[in-house]
Amino acid sequence: MVYLTRKAEFSASHFYHNPKLSPEENQRIFGKCNNPHGHGHNYTLEVTVAGEVDERSGFVIDLKKLKDLMNSEVIDGLDHRHLNKEVPEFRDRIPTTENVAIAIWNRLSGKLNGAKLHRVRLYETDDLFVDVYGEV
Amino acid sequence: MKAHLTRRYKFSASHRLHSPHFSDAENREMYGKCNNPYGHGHNYKVEVTVSGHPDPETGMVCNLVDLDGFVDRVVMPRFEFSNLNELDTFRNLVPTTENLSRELFHLFRDQFGLAKVEKVRIEETMMNSFEYAGGLELGPAVPKRALG
Repeated sequence: MVYLTRKAEFSASHFYHNPKLSPEENQRIFGKCNNPHGHGHNYTLEVTVAGEVDERSGFVIDLKKLKDLMNSEVIDGLDHRHLNKEVPEFRDRIPTTENVAIAIWNRLSGKLNGAKLHRVRLYETDDLFVDVYGEV
Repeated sequence: MKAHLTRRYKFSASHRLHSPHFSDAENREMYGKCNNPYGHGHNYKVEVTVSGHPDPETGMVCNLVDLDGFVDRVVMPRFEFSNLNELDTFRNLVPTTENLSRELFHLFRDQFGLAKVEKVRIEETMMNSFEYAGGLELGPAVPKRALG
């Protein structure tokens, strides 16, 4: 088994707000992230794929195909978007780094041409990242 | 779906590597420059990983305000600008970064009660790092049937 990681970047804005909670509760839990006008991040995405090396091509997965898939499934829909307002997964779910990483896992899972999606790592900043391995 | 959230912190501290189990000459031989009796320091980068299912109400595995608050309240006062050898923890334990990662893991696991602590990773310098997950192997729990 060989693990291969491809990196991508996207920039997006978001804010944290739960409409079921009072404004005071929202402010207490989410602090600055509750600003209704939103704020933004440069997200760095690392997608790790696991698989056996194909004898003829020497590849676990064709990187060009992985890059295209990451672009079509993830980057095109999230880059320069307002996550709360424009991305369907976050219509009624808060776009925390945890939930964005899970949404990215769900967008990529099962589409890798036989290779296995091992990990989605999403950096919101240099000091904060989330890993998802598809554990239910 | 489960998510593993990692937050990165830094603190500066000094230490000296010297073990009472060896002679002075053996200590010099084993620890080299790190055995300098006056000590030396590092800018440690500490990553703590917590895991869980995001709370449906907040979308969070753990509120970073709580984790940052714990670090400010409990971790930093103990370690920031300290001499590690002077800490109770290292009275009888060589303050290698192996041991520091174990101490920090136990501190987070025993005293931060708001999320499951999976792992502590420490970069002592840009060139070396240490990870401790409570003695478990690294990585997500793999179902038994997937092994082998």
